[in-house]
Amino acid sequence: MAFKQVTSPHAHSAQNTAKVMQLVLLATVPGLIALTWQFGWGSFINIALASVTAVSCEAAIMRMRGRSVSFYLRDYSAVVTAVLLGLALPPLAPWWIVVVGTVFSIVVAKQLYGGLGYNPFNPAMIGYVVLLISFPIQMTTWITPLALLPLGTVHPGLIESLQIVFSGYTPADGVTGATPLDTFKHSSGLLADQIYAREPLFNQAMLAGAGWEWVNLGFLLGGLILLSQRIFTWHGPVGMLAALTLMSLIFWDGGSSSSPGSPLMHLFSGATMMGAFFILTDPVSSAVSNRGRLVFGALIGVLVYVIRAWGNYPDAVAFAVLLANFAAPFIDNYTLPRTYGHVDRRRATEKEDQS
Amino acid sequence: MSETQTTEIASSDAQASEISIAEIIKNGLWNNNPALVQLLGLCPLLAVTGSVVNALGLGLATLMVLIGSNTIVSLIRNHVSDAVRLPAFVVIIAAFVTCAELLMKAYTYELYQILGIFIPLIVTNCAILGRAEAFASKHHVGYAALDGLMMGLGFLLVLVMLGAIRELFGHGTLFASMQLLFGPDASNWVVQPFGDNYSFLIAILPPGAFLVTGLLIAGKNTIDAALKRRADANKERPVKGAKRIRTTGHIS
Repeated sequence: MAFKQVTSPHAHSAQNTAKVMQLVLLATVPGLIALTWQFGWGSFINIALASVTAVSCEAAIMRMRGRSVSFYLRDYSAVVTAVLLGLALPPLAPWWIVVVGTVFSIVVAKQLYGGLGYNPFNPAMIGYVVLLISFPIQMTTWITPLALLPLGTVHPGLIESLQIVFSGYTPADGVTGATPLDTFKHSSGLLADQIYAREPLFNQAMLAGAGWEWVNLGFLLGGLILLSQRIFTWHGPVGMLAALTLMSLIFWDGGSSSSPGSPLMHLFSGATMMGAFFILTDPVSSAVSNRGRLVFGALIGVLVYVIRAWGNYPDAVAFAVLLANFAAPFIDNYTLPRTYGHVDRRRATEKEDQS
Repeated sequence: MSETQTTEIASSDAQASEISIAEIIKNGLWNNNPALVQLLGLCPLLAVTGSVVNALGLGLATLMVLIGSNTIVSLIRNHVSDAVRLPAFVVIIAAFVTCAELLMKAYTYELYQILGIFIPLIVTNCAILGRAEAFASKHHVGYAALDGLMMGLGFLLVLVMLGAIRELFGHGTLFASMQLLFGPDASNWVVQPFGDNYSFLIAILPPGAFLVTGLLIAGKNTIDAALKRRADANKERPVKGAKRIRTTGHIS
């Protein structure tokens, strides 16, 4: 009886771009559910609006470039960008915020550089940063999480949310508030324990800020699903989370009044988990090799902490990711993988023809 | 000695006659535009073009310096040895920049304060030294002055266009605070097409300058490509295929 000799690698089936993108979309569902549960329908509307805008922009540009529109829309990459941007934007943001951000993501950050596979920067984060530096007021107005709503009030329903988004009337006071990172940053002069005792945002929470911890857990779950499906390797996320943990451990001085916050708070509030599993794992704009991704992730972790602790912005995932995107070709240059069978590390200065 | 000098002058004049006035004008404004093609002087181009009035102020100052320096450099072109050529050019440019700075201080003091360091920095604008070195030091004074005027105008036009686009999309105004340059009558020139509380900060911030400059360059390239296509289409093409009469096979 003859056995068929099969050598490694054992590929199961061809993984095409559309399948990968669909999986990423599915994996955002836990995070989206957590966002909707804690902050109302806003994120849902953001995503719908961003997706429609992104698909129309992509189609328009593809038509202008004389490419097949249906082929490029069928890879879902525009929808993924739109969904990630929609999740990152504050719920119940005015409609034009979402539209402007998405147009920038798709037209400027993606298509002007040549489309999918050619963009040096993460398109969703470009859109986010453009909005953040252009419209700081709208971009820092966050909805109060479910646990902190005043007694007897609820988040606006779907119809009312749509009215808020499209007519521009602002929700009543008490429905919007600061984020945990924001609150912590602007409570200087208080010990960490005092902030935790005083602010309902922290004392109503288990880990790191009411509402936000659930959102982060949702994205963590989605990320782990993607990891188990081998959509990306563990190197990027682990590099970022480890670097962030290490930095916050080093500078956490037991919670003095100038402490930048505990490791738990940094890991489970803000955009940490979403950034770690959905943003920096973008295969186009990140480093290429496994070792490179570890360095890339660690760089983002350090930058996120540095900007959060000593910068002007309370959260920094978008800025950190864009800065690391700048550095990715440089990281790649110094982390060339060695072909199988070689023992020595390959050096970036090595000449090609040396043997 | 005098003989070599005259031959030099003769040779440079011969060189000068090679270029026509129309060509100088076209080069400065379009084909070899300092901002869109040579990409020189990007520092002021990107830094001060947040509004039309800033762009116009800096563009006019650069234009003046460029005409002056080109004229003087062309006048002394046969009397400066190669060893001290560049330092001499820089000193001439610096002298004109100082004049521009003093003039702006005297007549448009507020604009002078707004533009700040970018007025003295005109000295380091590569477009000016570039024209002195590449054109004025090789051509007759009339041509050199015209080249300075046209290059300066090309730069000024791009600056003003950038300023207008960025002001319009960033602040939603056009021709705001023109009184800084044209006297109190100009204060009501301002146009606000998008209403009072429009603001899109990224267009005013440095990224906006890069984006708009990139789009302007892309626009110029598109126009050039379209012109080239049209010129090619109008060109007579040689008839393809055999010129002899075929006697066998299928004739189509």
